[in-house]
Amino acid sequence: MCDHQSHATHNNPYLPHPARIIRTLPQIQDHQLFQIRFEDEDMARGFAYRPGQFVMLSVIGTGEAPFSISSAPTHPGVIELCVRRIGHVTKALFALPPNALVGIRGPYGNGFPVERLQQNNLLLVAGGLGMAPLRSLLWYALDNRSKFKDVILMYGGRNPDEMLFKYELLNLIDRTDVQCLLTVDRDDSGIWKAHKGVVTMLFDHVELDPNSTYAAVCGPDVMFRFVLNELLERGFSKDRMLMSLERNMQCGVGKCGHCMIGYKYTCLDGPIFTYWDAINLQEMI
Amino acid sequence: MKMVILPKESLPEFIGHLCPFGELHVPVKVSEKSYAFGRVNDLSDIELNYTRTILPLKKYVFKPVDVMFNFCAATGYETTVEETDAKRVIFGVHPCDIHGLKILDLVFGGKYVDGYYSARRNKAAIVGMDCIPDEFCFCRSTGTDFVDTGFDLFLSDIGASYLVRVGTSLGDDMIRAADSLLREVQEQDRQAYKRRSTQRRESFQTEVQLQELPEIMDLEYDSEVWRRVGDKCLSCGTCSMVCPTCYCYAVFDELDLAGGSGRRQRRWDSCLFKDYALVAGGHNFRPDRDSRIKNRYFHKQRGFVSQHGRPSCVGCGRCKVYCLVGIDIVEVIKELRSEIRV
Repeated sequence: MCDHQSHATHNNPYLPHPARIIRTLPQIQDHQLFQIRFEDEDMARGFAYRPGQFVMLSVIGTGEAPFSISSAPTHPGVIELCVRRIGHVTKALFALPPNALVGIRGPYGNGFPVERLQQNNLLLVAGGLGMAPLRSLLWYALDNRSKFKDVILMYGGRNPDEMLFKYELLNLIDRTDVQCLLTVDRDDSGIWKAHKGVVTMLFDHVELDPNSTYAAVCGPDVMFRFVLNELLERGFSKDRMLMSLERNMQCGVGKCGHCMIGYKYTCLDGPIFTYWDAINLQEMI
Repeated sequence: MKMVILPKESLPEFIGHLCPFGELHVPVKVSEKSYAFGRVNDLSDIELNYTRTILPLKKYVFKPVDVMFNFCAATGYETTVEETDAKRVIFGVHPCDIHGLKILDLVFGGKYVDGYYSARRNKAAIVGMDCIPDEFCFCRSTGTDFVDTGFDLFLSDIGASYLVRVGTSLGDDMIRAADSLLREVQEQDRQAYKRRSTQRRESFQTEVQLQELPEIMDLEYDSEVWRRVGDKCLSCGTCSMVCPTCYCYAVFDELDLAGGSGRRQRRWDSCLFKDYALVAGGHNFRPDRDSRIKNRYFHKQRGFVSQHGRPSCVGCGRCKVYCLVGIDIVEVIKELRSEIRV
């Protein structure tokens, strides 16, 4: 990290670091998990981040966009981004050849307050692509298992073919130190053995102590509202309900203005907000 | 603060002494009613009797379009060779615009320092000059009619002379270079400065009450005012472009014709533009004009107060002067306060 390039990079927060896409793992229709390794070995091994943080990924010649990190910092060496093909950067990303050179800078954002979460029960509630940031927190907790009390995951998808990390999560069902509850709205194939129904239905299967539990919620708008209501009804404090928000981001470092909500920058003050933040600031949810 | 007196007849010669300190940029007249900061060949083209330029000083430190770095398919991203922007002396800057720069310093500094901004900022010497407000100015209300820092030299018109305040070590070098033109402050200068101060204060025609405005804006979040202002607004972004403290930018990649290389650039953006809060997939967090113009006011008058303890408006009046449909920030605030109904 002492050559000229690294020095220049260090001084310019906007300049992406060279990295390679070393593996692409198709997930579901239009969703892939990209494994990315920095070219600089020190960066590859030493890239420190918190679950819930994001990076800015550049596709050379196309542009840059923010992506939450799906891997956990307890698995150093590569970072993983679970990406939906939806805009011009992701379209170009999906079309890249193997081992393609990309640019990464970050990590940015506050991430989950993991120190605060420790010694508590952890409830993760995800819907759809909301699993992407929560997977980082899930593995962080499982890799630091003794620091947390009960760990519960609730994840809902529309049908078995739309479950992200399906086999990885199905493998957690018989693991005894985590309660992994997976549900689908519909299963036409008849092979789905886990739960059926909306994700809030899974609350009937768990005992939750609102005073010693933190809930991290990530998913589509509709799901958000139902899950947050469910938690409120169970007596959760709004400070113990955490959510990851999405906004237009073009710099990641609190300058370009696009992700501003009231007086918070999603990129600096978020993307993880408590439910209190969210209702205290108009426009947030 | 060190102060000296510069007789008015020596001003051209004094400006001449500033030239070794950098490329001189001064207010010039560009049309019957419009002024701009720019270069002059002849010092007599300097227009000291201006109230506001079309664009504030941000054009020097935060360029309308700026190359951030180059990229190449084979090698990735590389910083462009350090752009050696000339040192500049910007002469005749009014207090509101100096405050504008100080607000931009807050935004582009912090945890992540924007090197493109700071490199140019550090090379710009500021020679301020006081002014008499016109009907659009409300800098007294925003507390930006006076500057204590943010300039190297500051000239106040006290009749036959200027009272020159020296703000920095560089400013001190400047007056040393022009030493023969300057004299010490005398009793009549002190009296003249106080008279000037009163004259400036009494010249304000526009006043707006900013106390408790953040709370009032929260109370009036769903006010009809936003619908009416949104109905008028063209979403053209002019107010953002001319604002000394609007700093939003959009990032875009420009490819060379061959396709293998190009450059990442940024350009001034406006939160009034329709695609400002649009995310991939098509969701727009502020799809209508009401919500966008409300956001602009909230950021300036409410959000910035929470972040930095003061509004980011400096009362220069540009957004009102240049708005194509006559949206008047002072009227909007007075409406929110129920002091007037338009």
